[in-house]
Amino acid sequence: MEFKFTQENLERIKQEFKKYPEKQPVVMKALYIGQEQNGYISNEVIKEVANLLEMPSEEVLGVVTFYTMYHQKPMGKYHIQICTNVSCMLRGGYEIWDNVKEKLGIENMEVTEDSIFSLEEVECMGSCGTAPMIAVNEDYYENLSKEKVEEILESLKQTN
Amino acid sequence: MEKIVLPEIENFHQIDVYVEQGGYKAAKKAFEQSSDDIIDQVKKSGLRGRGGAAFSAGLKWSFMPKTTDKPKYLCVNGDESEPGSFKDRQIFEDNPHQLIEGTLITCYAIGAKVAYVYIRGEYHKWIKLMQKAINDAYEKGFVGEGMKETFGTNFYCDIYIHKGAGAYICGEESSLMNSLEGKRGYPRIKPPFPAQNGLWGNPTTINNIETITNIPKIIENGWEWFAAIGEPKHPGTILFGVSGHVNKPGIYELPSGTLLTDIIYNYAGGVPGNKKILCVIPGGSSMPPLRGDQIEGVKMDAESLKEVGSAIGTAGIMVMDEDTDLVKVLARITQFYHHESCGLCTPCREGTGWMEKVLNRILNDEGSYGDLDLLISIANNIEGNTICALGEAAAWPVRYMITRFRDYFEERVKKEVMITVKNKVHSMRQTAFPLDDITD
Ligand SMILES: Cc1cc2nc3c(=O)[nH]c(=O)nc-3n(C[C@H](O)[C@H](O)[C@H](O)COP(=O)(O)O)c2cc1C
Ligand code: SF4
Ligand code: FES
Repeated sequence: MEFKFTQENLERIKQEFKKYPEKQPVVMKALYIGQEQNGYISNEVIKEVANLLEMPSEEVLGVVTFYTMYHQKPMGKYHIQICTNVSCMLRGGYEIWDNVKEKLGIENMEVTEDSIFSLEEVECMGSCGTAPMIAVNEDYYENLSKEKVEEILESLKQTN
Repeated sequence: MEKIVLPEIENFHQIDVYVEQGGYKAAKKAFEQSSDDIIDQVKKSGLRGRGGAAFSAGLKWSFMPKTTDKPKYLCVNGDESEPGSFKDRQIFEDNPHQLIEGTLITCYAIGAKVAYVYIRGEYHKWIKLMQKAINDAYEKGFVGEGMKETFGTNFYCDIYIHKGAGAYICGEESSLMNSLEGKRGYPRIKPPFPAQNGLWGNPTTINNIETITNIPKIIENGWEWFAAIGEPKHPGTILFGVSGHVNKPGIYELPSGTLLTDIIYNYAGGVPGNKKILCVIPGGSSMPPLRGDQIEGVKMDAESLKEVGSAIGTAGIMVMDEDTDLVKVLARITQFYHHESCGLCTPCREGTGWMEKVLNRILNDEGSYGDLDLLISIANNIEGNTICALGEAAAWPVRYMITRFRDYFEERVKKEVMITVKNKVHSMRQTAFPLDDITD
């Protein structure tokens, strides 16, 4: 499927050009915007970003695959990220991880059939002092317990 | 004790409150002196980097070439991804303007016209807070061309945020620069060092968020004042982030050299259920762990920790009580470094994977005594043989955890002892009877 940035998004990308002496540094932001508009980073998004920034597509692809926050396939409407690194683990991170996996019936980086949830085991998110934590899309939820996470999932289901 | 980095003033993150409390006056004071003077004061203050290596900030700045036609850059490192570290985010949230003011002064000192604040992508909320502070500062003429009028100087500089996208390695300074340039975040081989050959081949300085946030106060109150706080060899306050098995986890800003036990028991409220401490990692997951019976009398500063065989790192203190499964902890730490290895160097790329595999074997009660020596040997083969310090970051926890908790780990591989005993019976049978008699 063809991909073109909306006029508004093109404008956002152009704003970024002002920050750097070259175009290439804008690739990370452009990919974020592409992911936001398209839902995930398809080959067409990569081509469009490459065109815009005068980079080889291969190099843009190289950037996409280097970072964990770019997704090359659609994720759920609510992308649930659960930290299981040490500080979270010491305070129940794995109990939350196991419980959510069971509740949603999916494994790491999978999406539920109704496309509402996807799941990712993430590394330390910088919430060790308020562990355990999960993030839903861009929002952090901290000082959690198994029960609180269940409530969060339930309320997300409701609002959907 | 006065707080330098995170003062307890209500709404200090708002520009009006910050200015009302004397904010942006240190920048003015700095601009009235020569850049060499500023570098000299920061050097004398003894301020050491808070990003992990505790290198002298003033000395680093002095490496920047004085006479060059090339543009110079400052990168302020807010990638904050080392497990156990969560201090920089508190600065974005509670004291962004002091960070901005420190950035202005640093730019002036090293002669940079542009500073990039690199913030990890997951910190959406804190990027927004920081961007708001930067916008406000631009609006009031504290950043950008408006500085000329506000401060009455010829000097001005711009500050931009660069958002990461999820890669621990991008906190390493040369990876950070590659990432900023829009490339894969691979580290660069050093030398050349960033002061010679950094962003787009130009002279560049990289400092941690907390390091830079200290600068305005040093200029305002004088280097003598700063140098007198805490331990003379590593002066100032440090943001200690306490996590794991404590009653009150969080960030505590305290003078360097504060006793580790004081931080854990007095400030962080001790261990839940009054359990004993089995292990403490004092500076983020890559720093050598200490045994619970080693922490008495340990002071939290770079030199004191070196003496007990650890390091200050990011001052992220992870506390583990007596019921903690250390094999699981070490396996999880190693899984992290394996996941985050960029793959450029074979010892790191392969070694971290092997260590993870062996540790998981031990975790599943299938380990052997030999595995412990194998782990140490892999760690030793990574250390010193890689392009960047992630190699050491992965090797240290394994090497030190196993040597310091040898008894604990041996207990966990004991099962194999039973297997060898069985084999011994078998071998006795072999010596007692001719080989041909054994039919099975
Ligand atoms: C794998 C790795 C990750 C790092 N991550 C960070 C980080 O997230 N933040 C940081 O300030 N320094 C990090 N560092 C240290 C930087 O390379 C650099 O030394 C530091 O930003 C310099 O600032 P300072 O002198 O003010 O401490 C990391 C180093 C390595 C090897
Ligand atoms: S040590 Fe590891 S992370 Fe660093 S450059 Fe080598 S492979 Fe990459
Ligand atoms: S370990 Fe989970 S946020 Fe740091």
